[in-house]
Amino acid sequence: MENSKQTKETVNNVIFEVLRYNPETDKKPRLEEYTVKVTKGMTVLDGLNWIKENLDNTLAWRSSCRMGVCGSCAMFINGRARLACNNQIMHINTKKLVIKPLPNFAIIRDLVPDFEDFFEKHRTIKPFLIRKKAEELDNPGNEFFQSPEELANYIQFAYCIKCGICLAACPTCATDDRFTGPMALTQGWRYVSDSRDEGAEEREQELFSRHGVWRCHFAGACSDACPKGVDPAMAIQLLKRDMFFKQYEKRKKSPARRETEESKEWKPNPDIPKPPDPTV
Amino acid sequence: MASTPKNKLGIRGWVCGGRYVVERYAYIIHRISGIGILVYFILHIFVTGSRLGGPEKWHSTMSFFETPLFKFGEYLVFAAFAFHALNGLRLFFNELGFLIGKPARPVFPYKTSIHHQRPWLIVLMILAALFIVVGGLDFYILGE
Ligand code: SF4
Ligand code: SF4
Ligand code: FES
Repeated sequence: MENSKQTKETVNNVIFEVLRYNPETDKKPRLEEYTVKVTKGMTVLDGLNWIKENLDNTLAWRSSCRMGVCGSCAMFINGRARLACNNQIMHINTKKLVIKPLPNFAIIRDLVPDFEDFFEKHRTIKPFLIRKKAEELDNPGNEFFQSPEELANYIQFAYCIKCGICLAACPTCATDDRFTGPMALTQGWRYVSDSRDEGAEEREQELFSRHGVWRCHFAGACSDACPKGVDPAMAIQLLKRDMFFKQYEKRKKSPARRETEESKEWKPNPDIPKPPDPTV
Repeated sequence: MASTPKNKLGIRGWVCGGRYVVERYAYIIHRISGIGILVYFILHIFVTGSRLGGPEKWHSTMSFFETPLFKFGEYLVFAAFAFHALNGLRLFFNELGFLIGKPARPVFPYKTSIHHQRPWLIVLMILAALFIVVGGLDFYILGE
């Protein structure tokens, strides 16, 4: 009993400045201040829950797992996009938190960002294993063998929880609406680099479109901000490398190129008449 | 009912999008220096084109550009070039997937591709700074 009393002790009063926006009543988003009694170990998500229970039950946000697994609670907290549930208030700031919805996403209400387009882009890169023989997936004749080394090639990118933080941090996403985005591109590479997958060509159009990988200029903010250590910047550069060398190989083997190489050996063209004999 | 705010950061987001790694700023300076160099090239073509108008036209154009303001502008172009070339060298390799490490199971604290290429960024930026300082000396002190 005494122990629980000890942990419940308020360590600080922290001001939460939270962006509020209700599409039915507000013309523009506004900021509202709340004073939160913070106890030891309290996360930002706990703080928001405390506000909802004690001060203002109209505050809206999205969360579910409260342990950094579902990817629902990403928000913009004190100058960085992060998960509300895996950041402790006292670790961020002891006096004041400014909490806004994830930038680069439309605001549905308060801290709830609109992920419609984000998930649509995820869909376009076909985030599933593609086999040339489709029946194989329903009636596998054999195990799809994969060695630990082959697993290590992509497992890092499979840790993505689709939280949208990387898009909020990316400077390209700030100006280019149609950029496929670090999450979808990374998932593209997660499947392309999977030894069991045969869908690289099917995904080419989306991944290498005008608003695909080449819009990323390796600013690295995505990898810095990602709460799961997914490293989208690496996946995107590996995609570029794969594309570049594949194209290079294709060019080398293309018939047009072979022809020009063969024609280096000069042979007289029988259709062209011989020049007349010199007169002097 | 108001329409949903888009909340896109826009160009403002290049600079004040949040506190992230230094590479994000390198990205912005790379962009700005690139645009600066392009503007200079276009201007350069028009200016040297004035030579076609004969020596008088040429001399009058040149004297117009001999003001301290344009001299500083020229120095800025040089600085932009030094940064753009050296940072571009890093990006050339990084964007082809070199010097960024290999995928590995994420273990906290995460070590990402950004950490892997960081030493190269540091070395190249020291070099760029050196070029810019030496260039400045040459422009304003030794070159006089
Ligand atoms: S890559 Fe990281 S930051 Fe981006 S959606 Fe996945 S988990 Fe979130
Ligand atoms: S590395 Fe590419 S995708 Fe990631 S933040 Fe930078 S520009 Fe965006
Ligand atoms: S609530 Fe699930 S990730 Fe934060």
